[in-house]
Amino acid sequence: MNGLDPHGPDASHIAGLFWLMVAIGGAIYVVTMAILVVALFRRRPRLNDSASRNDRAFIIAGGVIVPTVVLAVIAFATVRVTNRVTAARDDPVHIDVVGYQCWWQVVYPGTTAVTANEIHIPVGRPVELGLESVDVIHSFWVPDLAGKVDLIPGRRNTLSLQADRAGTYRGQCAEFCGLQHTHMALLVIADPPDTFDDWLRAQAKPAGSSSPVFDQATCAGCHTIRGTHARGDIGPDLTHLASRSTLGSVTVPNTHENLARWITDAQSMKPGSNMPPVELSPADLDALVAYLESLD
Amino acid sequence: MALLDRSITEEALETTWEDAPGVVGFLTSVDHKRIGVRYIYTAFIFFFLAGLQALVMRVQLAAPDQHVLGPQAYNELFTMHGASMIFLFNTPVLAGFGNYLLPLQLGTRDMAFPRLNAFSYWVFVLAGTFMYTGEFIGRAPDGGWFAYVPLTGKEFSPGLNLDFWGLGVLFVGISTTVGAINFIVTIFKMRAPGMSLNRMPVFCWSILVMGFMVLFAVPALTVATALLEADRIFGTAFYDPARGGDPLLYQHLFWFWGHPEVYILLVPALGMISSIVPTFARAALAGYTWVVTSLVGIGFVSFGLWVHHMFATGIPAQAMGFFSAASMTIAIPSGILIFAWIATLWRGTVRWSTALLFVMGFASIFVLGGITGVMVASLPFDLQAHDSYFVVAHFHYVLVGGVVFPIFGALYFWLPKMTGRLLSERLGTWSFWSMFVGFHTGFFPQHILGLLGMPRRIYTYDKGLGWDLLNLISTVGGFLFGVGVLLSLVNWWRSRSGTPAGNNPWYAEGLEWTTTSPPPHYNFAVVAPGAPAGDLEGALDRATPVTADLDAVPERAMEVPEETYVPFVAAVGLAVILVGLLVEKVLIGGLGIAVALAGIGVWTWRTSEDAS
Repeated sequence: MNGLDPHGPDASHIAGLFWLMVAIGGAIYVVTMAILVVALFRRRPRLNDSASRNDRAFIIAGGVIVPTVVLAVIAFATVRVTNRVTAARDDPVHIDVVGYQCWWQVVYPGTTAVTANEIHIPVGRPVELGLESVDVIHSFWVPDLAGKVDLIPGRRNTLSLQADRAGTYRGQCAEFCGLQHTHMALLVIADPPDTFDDWLRAQAKPAGSSSPVFDQATCAGCHTIRGTHARGDIGPDLTHLASRSTLGSVTVPNTHENLARWITDAQSMKPGSNMPPVELSPADLDALVAYLESLD
Repeated sequence: MALLDRSITEEALETTWEDAPGVVGFLTSVDHKRIGVRYIYTAFIFFFLAGLQALVMRVQLAAPDQHVLGPQAYNELFTMHGASMIFLFNTPVLAGFGNYLLPLQLGTRDMAFPRLNAFSYWVFVLAGTFMYTGEFIGRAPDGGWFAYVPLTGKEFSPGLNLDFWGLGVLFVGISTTVGAINFIVTIFKMRAPGMSLNRMPVFCWSILVMGFMVLFAVPALTVATALLEADRIFGTAFYDPARGGDPLLYQHLFWFWGHPEVYILLVPALGMISSIVPTFARAALAGYTWVVTSLVGIGFVSFGLWVHHMFATGIPAQAMGFFSAASMTIAIPSGILIFAWIATLWRGTVRWSTALLFVMGFASIFVLGGITGVMVASLPFDLQAHDSYFVVAHFHYVLVGGVVFPIFGALYFWLPKMTGRLLSERLGTWSFWSMFVGFHTGFFPQHILGLLGMPRRIYTYDKGLGWDLLNLISTVGGFLFGVGVLLSLVNWWRSRSGTPAGNNPWYAEGLEWTTTSPPPHYNFAVVAPGAPAGDLEGALDRATPVTADLDAVPERAMEVPEETYVPFVAAVGLAVILVGLLVEKVLIGGLGIAVALAGIGVWTWRTSEDAS
């Protein structure tokens, strides 16, 4: 996660603008401080009558002319980069991201694929994200790829980004959204186009089987597993849970132990999350975990 | 004739002007000096609390995956830290300096509305107490100091926590607004005869600009919080998108106040610096007209910037271009000020003091904060920096560097006037270096943390994100800064037995240095030496001249109100109304209205008597 180590054109443009401003700003800072230090410590000649006229020239040069020129340069660069990062892209992949307290729903329009917290995109192709929220304001931010845009209830924002190299890029909610704002992270996984297409086809399929424990416990009230009776729309879609690498919005790795603990005691892992503790017999828990691990 | 009569004894004036002793005097005083000092002390109590909150947060963030605090406690701490620093420290401490210094610098005996002055202090202290009541009963506000909806609506924040914030902010806005009115009228009507506006001290100009900014900005905050509380208490839907409301309306209203607020705090600090620099440069301020024009310019431009807090909300880029450009232009008046001070130092012969050290610390920090300010004003870069630790670093550079350092400079400069005792320069120097080094160590790394993707308002973070070392350094710096603050507070305490200051320990210019330290209750034995006798004839002992026009032509003598319980009673009445709204009990609210009306009624009745 590093806005200065960009992996896509949008973050690259912004990083370029950043370094330009750092160079100009750094130079201004050093020169201003140098003049200040000289003013404080110089040996003083006798005052002469032209002092106040010199003052005025000095104030106008340092306070008006130099800043105006510098700001014009920065404003020009700002407009150029703004146009680039907000420009419409050719043939983008459309993905909708919906903010929930405190996780991300990921929908691939035109397919039946719905997932959470881990967004797969094809390398080298522009992606247009549609950003919405069902509850409070969140903000989508993956520094390696692009700047952030808010998810605001009642509105739909868009953010264009593109990954130039395959890899996994971490992001995190940037707008304070409640108790678990801290653990509302996400991963953007940039795959080669073929791998992405395969992944998307697999995600669009319904689950191969259902589980009586899942349907009878409270799980189905909140979660959907496509192809079964579980149709809840409060928590993440779990149809292909086993294909995801993390749990709880990138709170912990998706391992056997973490999954079992998440079901029975999510509050100890992500205090304040909306996942309640689920009481199950050891046998039911084993069956449930085994079932969820089969959902790849 | 007392205003002009040089033969009247100082004992007689003292008898007329002194407060009643003890608690009675404490509750009834309308002396601007007493109120000013009280503002400063009270604000520093809140500064101390908010500083402690910051240090607890820094302990939590010193290393990854720590459990010093849970999410709820952390959210409460950053909410109260921000709210305290803005509403209960920075704003009132500057009001305190304004209250204390304005009449002295203008050469008058009190503010234009002394009772209103007392009222604004009582409202402030009750508002602060109200907000902290939540903290003490375990219901501290937890929605951030900015309290964005819908998170802070009833649905997502059902507890009373948010109401302590919302009602408290409404309340403190009353204090700020009446204070601003008082400052403006005092400046226009109470200047010593002959002190034309273009000869007024720069600090008074800065308070004038601040006063007008408050008048235009605070109503937006009042509306923002009033609508929020209406949504919360009465179930209206101003901000609820499901029922036709709009959460962005709140953000527009909040930042229409919130951005000018930064300059409401900064402008008086710039005024303080414009007093301190010439004194220790031993030269007249270079470019007085440029400096004053810049302060006024900052006041105007600051109202065109608010949307730069909302660059990530998806407002169309073309519309944001305007705000991006306006945000950058504020660098021009700021640049003029910096170069005017440098020109002053260049011309003069510098004599070092702790006050000047703090001002130089200001320059080194604030200029950097201004440069990062231009950076975050650049729309695309802000989309990376916004709500990351880069912004945390930026605004601490602006607000601590631009406001807190000047306030400490002002304390070392003017506290001897207020108490009659000098502070220790040696301890002051230690305090400065500790604060200065601590500040940069604490906040510079946060720029980098933000660029490395660390968002604001997270109570912990995972190992392996590259944030560990920088956070540890930041925490160490925070504590060093805290030590520096403590050294100054110790210095302040110990100065009670310090060297007597004399009237003018710094050989400074300005009328406040012509009277004793501390000044007598009546400020100046003779207040209108230059005025033609006829204008002020028949004036009472407890009176001060009212002047008119840009040139301060004497108009008449104004009787200064006696000490009175009325402001205190009216403020308590308002506080009771708030409690009634908080617990949603009509009876309590009604009682509050009755008490407030009684106080205000007696007040206006007496005022009309005075006028007759």
